[in-house]
Amino acid sequence: MTLPLGPTATTTTAESVRRRSWLPWAAARLGGVAFVLWAVATVTFFAIRLIPGDPAEAILGGPGSQASREALAQARKDYGLDLPLGIQYLHYLGRLATGDLGTSYSLRSPVTTVIGQNLGPTLLLAVSSLLIAVVLALLLALWSSRSGRVAAAAGSVLEIIASAVPHFWLAIALILLFSTALGWLPPVSVPGPAGLILPALTLAIPLAGFLGQVMRESLLDALASPFVLAARARGEGESGVFWRHALRHAAIPAIGLAGWAFGSLISGAVVVETIFARPGIGRSLLSAVQDRDVPLVLGVVLIVAVGYMLVTTLTDLADRFVDPRLRERS
Amino acid sequence: MKRLSTVAPSVVVSLAILLFIGIAAVAPNLLAPGNPLAIHPTASFLPPSLGHPFGTDESGRDVYTRIIHGAGASVLIGITATAIGLGLAIVFGLLAGLGPRWLDFGTTRLLEVLFAFPGLLFALLFIVIYGPGVLTSTIAVGLATAPGYSRIIRSRVLVVKRAPYIEASLVLGRSRFFRVTRHLVPNVAGSLFVLATLGIGQSIVWASSLSYLGLGAVPPAAEWGAMLSGGRTYISSFWWLTFFPGLFIVLTAAATTLLGRGLHERVRS
Repeated sequence: MTLPLGPTATTTTAESVRRRSWLPWAAARLGGVAFVLWAVATVTFFAIRLIPGDPAEAILGGPGSQASREALAQARKDYGLDLPLGIQYLHYLGRLATGDLGTSYSLRSPVTTVIGQNLGPTLLLAVSSLLIAVVLALLLALWSSRSGRVAAAAGSVLEIIASAVPHFWLAIALILLFSTALGWLPPVSVPGPAGLILPALTLAIPLAGFLGQVMRESLLDALASPFVLAARARGEGESGVFWRHALRHAAIPAIGLAGWAFGSLISGAVVVETIFARPGIGRSLLSAVQDRDVPLVLGVVLIVAVGYMLVTTLTDLADRFVDPRLRERS
Repeated sequence: MKRLSTVAPSVVVSLAILLFIGIAAVAPNLLAPGNPLAIHPTASFLPPSLGHPFGTDESGRDVYTRIIHGAGASVLIGITATAIGLGLAIVFGLLAGLGPRWLDFGTTRLLEVLFAFPGLLFALLFIVIYGPGVLTSTIAVGLATAPGYSRIIRSRVLVVKRAPYIEASLVLGRSRFFRVTRHLVPNVAGSLFVLATLGIGQSIVWASSLSYLGLGAVPPAAEWGAMLSGGRTYISSFWWLTFFPGLFIVLTAAATTLLGRGLHERVRS
């Protein structure tokens, strides 16, 4: 089977441009992803070598463990630490390529197992927070774009304050209100939906503030633009104008924030999972940092980098889907 | 030029908050004459009252006095971290924006790699290597914020570089040095000022998050993050130990953000 690379008799010019721009774009994108992942793996590998102290000692439980010379030598041999740095690096890359992230020093189990156990709860938390944040931001944007200038100004101040609130303080305030004062929800994250509400709200409120700021500005732009006037002139109802035309326009800058939002959710998860004593990637990362559990720190950082690249690539795809201008350009 | 009457009330309120925090940072004794480290074992864990508006902590120290005296350290951490982040970002942004194409390509790729480490992760990685403490957490926050600033500065440099007045200056035969120092830098500086205002509040939030996690400043220092971390054990029973230091962090961050937004509108118009 041959792929039609050039314009054929049946395709129009615009279509052929679209088809031609697709493959190089995907190839460049894939190459970029591979490069960033390799660079992240390399940077973290060499950064870890800067840690003062003997890694063999860290494996055996830190300087306090007073491990014998033989035990240290054995640990070095077991973890391949006696080999030259270049060989260790190649081994490391080889293991990464096969999906082996090494063994956690503190938990004594494979890093992939630890991450596998903790990924689910964090994903659940992140996705619920994202949904809540989008709904809150939409409601706020909807309300303040329709209720005049005072409401718009109030909405803007509210969004800025929401976006500036640190997660740990918001968590404390929510616990005080909903657990201590009202007694509606548990102060620590129990299994089940009741334990998810407060952590998800804590992550969602600052994110909603950021999303709201970005969306309201472009929503107001869109509502004042010629294409909305044209839609109204065609007899489109108020809700049709909002949902089908203006909101789609406002979604573009919000989608552009997705990569950043991912980072902010992961950073927030470290704090939120710790406060609510909730299992997850963030909390494992923090305890790995405190225990100097190098393989686990590396593993989490790599997984997060993979997640980040996945999100930004999907974002670019979604951008091209939502914004037809991007498909026809380039 | 905007008249005073058109200044948004939110900007006035933020300026007032920042003035209060500024006075607390420079001359804490004006606002709270007491000793932030004075211990009164008989007066421990007192709830907020007229005598102790924010209550007292486990050693009977007045929380209000400690917050006011801790402002200096917290603001200093915020300013230092922002200076580190922006300083690096200026170097990266100018190299990428003004340098040859390969340098721009290289810097942009480097920034892409750095972006794959979400802020707090980068800071945690740095702390794994250099150990916890005030200095490392401040540097970590500065480094973690640098990629974001760099990208903004680079795009700002690219916009200004193509502005008509730069072209005019080129036609007039001005030297490259003159163009950069007299036209480019002043025009990029406007957005730098906005970034710095926004950044200080955010840096205080980040640094205090690290302190809260026990990786930054440690008690008995009266720094806000350290107070939070010290009060963490008592959250459920003595809420005022964490609530009020946190409130000051929120106030600072919200005020700098509102002010930064206000400045941004002005620079843009």
